[in-house]
Amino acid sequence: MAAVKDTVKTVEALEKYAHGFVTDIEQEFAEKGLNADTVRFISAKKDEPAWMLDWRLEAFERWLAMDEPDWAKLAYPPIDYQGAYYYAAPKDKNAGPKSLDEVDPELLATYAKLGIPLREQEVLAGVVGSPRYAVDAVFDSVSVVTTFKKELAEAGVIFCPLSEAVRDHPDLVKKYLGTVVPVSDNYFACLNSAVFSEGSFVYVPPGVRCPMELSTYFRINAEETGQFERTLIIADKGSYVSYLEGCTAPKRDENQLHAAVVELVALDDAEIKYSTVQNWYPGDAEGKGGIYNFVTKRADCRGARAKVAWTQVETGSAITWKYPSCILRGDESVGEFYSIAITNNRQQADTGTKMIHLGRNTRSRIISKGISAGRSSNTYRGLVSAHPKAIGARNFTQCDSLLIGKHCAAHTVPYIEARNAHAHFEHEATTTRLSDDQLFYVMQRGLNQEEAVQLLVNGFVKDVLQQLPMEFAVEAQKLVAVSLEGSVG
Amino acid sequence: MLSIKNLHARVGDAEILKGLSLDVPAGEVHAIMGPNGAGKSTLSYVLTGRDGYEVTEGSATLDGEDLLALDPSERAAKGLFLSFQYPLEIPGVPALTFIRTALNSQRKARGEGEVPAPEFLKRARATAASLKMDFDMLRRGLNVGFSGGEKKRMEIFQMAMLSPRFLILDETDSGLDIDALRIVSEGVNAMRAPDRAMLVITHYQRLLDYVKPDKVHVLAGGRIVASGGPELAHELEKSGYDKYALEAA
Repeated sequence: MAAVKDTVKTVEALEKYAHGFVTDIEQEFAEKGLNADTVRFISAKKDEPAWMLDWRLEAFERWLAMDEPDWAKLAYPPIDYQGAYYYAAPKDKNAGPKSLDEVDPELLATYAKLGIPLREQEVLAGVVGSPRYAVDAVFDSVSVVTTFKKELAEAGVIFCPLSEAVRDHPDLVKKYLGTVVPVSDNYFACLNSAVFSEGSFVYVPPGVRCPMELSTYFRINAEETGQFERTLIIADKGSYVSYLEGCTAPKRDENQLHAAVVELVALDDAEIKYSTVQNWYPGDAEGKGGIYNFVTKRADCRGARAKVAWTQVETGSAITWKYPSCILRGDESVGEFYSIAITNNRQQADTGTKMIHLGRNTRSRIISKGISAGRSSNTYRGLVSAHPKAIGARNFTQCDSLLIGKHCAAHTVPYIEARNAHAHFEHEATTTRLSDDQLFYVMQRGLNQEEAVQLLVNGFVKDVLQQLPMEFAVEAQKLVAVSLEGSVG
Repeated sequence: MLSIKNLHARVGDAEILKGLSLDVPAGEVHAIMGPNGAGKSTLSYVLTGRDGYEVTEGSATLDGEDLLALDPSERAAKGLFLSFQYPLEIPGVPALTFIRTALNSQRKARGEGEVPAPEFLKRARATAASLKMDFDMLRRGLNVGFSGGEKKRMEIFQMAMLSPRFLILDETDSGLDIDALRIVSEGVNAMRAPDRAMLVITHYQRLLDYVKPDKVHVLAGGRIVASGGPELAHELEKSGYDKYALEAA
């Protein structure tokens, strides 16, 4: 109960600077643009040891020599990397926000309908409703609060902002950071390595079942600011942890860059469930504004019988470029990917997964549900590969696309590489259009058009929603409905 | 109750209904029979408001209220129900969830509160039992993998749960074996009430042995060309539709 009170208090404290879609508080910025001094500035703000700064600077050097990838089915104007701020933080945690009245009523209405992310404290309060959730709240470039730390510490679980882990648990960070997603893995991951600002760090010791769900709530607030969070989760031998990530951003006319990196390490017999409800601002109906979401998420099933499950509900962002993947290194390790990706209006998503089978008798499962509406484009891109030594590797892939209306597009791009004769891969794919017959049938029973679309879509994505922790499944279901409003007729 | 006057309707460029008039008073069951292509299914779609069925002339009212101005869900909330000739499959949505959502949407549109879950479940169990349906079927995706007969039974189940005021049965007997036909008919007959009326659309007389109509109408060439008592159905069974088809042409 003490923990519940703690959280309630924490949430009350949050309220002070968590109002509205644009929280109007004084913030401290790095100088606009990106150079080695920006990297030094961020590192200094985080009070980092020299080894961390060196790591960042090396990443920055490498990034300068890299080119932005262009293989995804996405079209967007060139990103001006010098036109953004790379660090923004509330200057004074007691600075009061201005009133909600200043927020665009359309936005207020949207989020009131959702019953949540209007004010962070409501989201967090919703989470408190089930007291078994610990929350790390990240606001632009800093973590503002982490709840339940004490109770988790009693179980031996470390849950804190990454910057704190760099200072307090340098050995763990040094041992694992960049080992799943190497510094120069790709253009955006490399940029992140140089300028990452905040994110969560989780370590679950051997044999410990984390006593509650962990979650991080990311919020972009400042204008012309990129967010570059970095999350590192380590599940030691025989441990278990379930983690949920949520995110929102204010509505702005400019595009904002979000380039995150998430690394998961599962050792022998460990299990990690990682769920995302991604609700970044998607831009308006004409495609103006919205978040550019270039994210690298990867899990390493480093030990035998390790298991990682990714579940994602992607409704936001103007551009999504994201492939949560599993390296199935340990023998008999298991990777799962469950995804709902919704695009409406002029959103573009190129998302999917990679299942890299390296160990013997490794198994993976991919269930992807893509929904396109409006004039959007939705691409599933996935790789399933088996190394010569991955004898007995098995994969099952189910890839379904649902089209709503006549001007959207769905693409499925699966890559399958079996380098041994004893791998067993199955791939099923369907593309269907939301049928007028079904809509009429449902409306004849009394549902209006919006309700009818919601019901049909929720039926379509049910297999994936079932994989989410229950509270978030409900949230995700509402989100699905709101994302598709006005998509028919 | 239902009053249709001089109804003209087209699908694309083809005029299908050409001045159809019909009155079905409360408490009565009327059968519509007719050859293929006469416009029977078109009539059911025009009454329920399906997209693509354009009314060019005439009126249709339910208890004096204009139906044609309403969208399909509003008509449903007014108590209009269509049992489909080919019920649709709705993957991922259990039948129970579907019907409860529909019932609550209708109630909301009428300004009524939601049905409490225990009451709903109790009614669902009793209704399923009366239609000899396996209750587990109601927990599966609506109509997914059901046989033709099971789908028809599910339509009657939905009808009983939604308790509409005006029922349209479109070829409900097609695809039913004799036992299923009897059970379905019993379900339909149980719905007969003084404040409720039905329009039974059928190509064959068979269903009318079980669901006895008060009146029988022959629809041919987009109009009602003959009306009579139940004996008219028997006569049609013997002599066929040829003479009406010719008349209509």
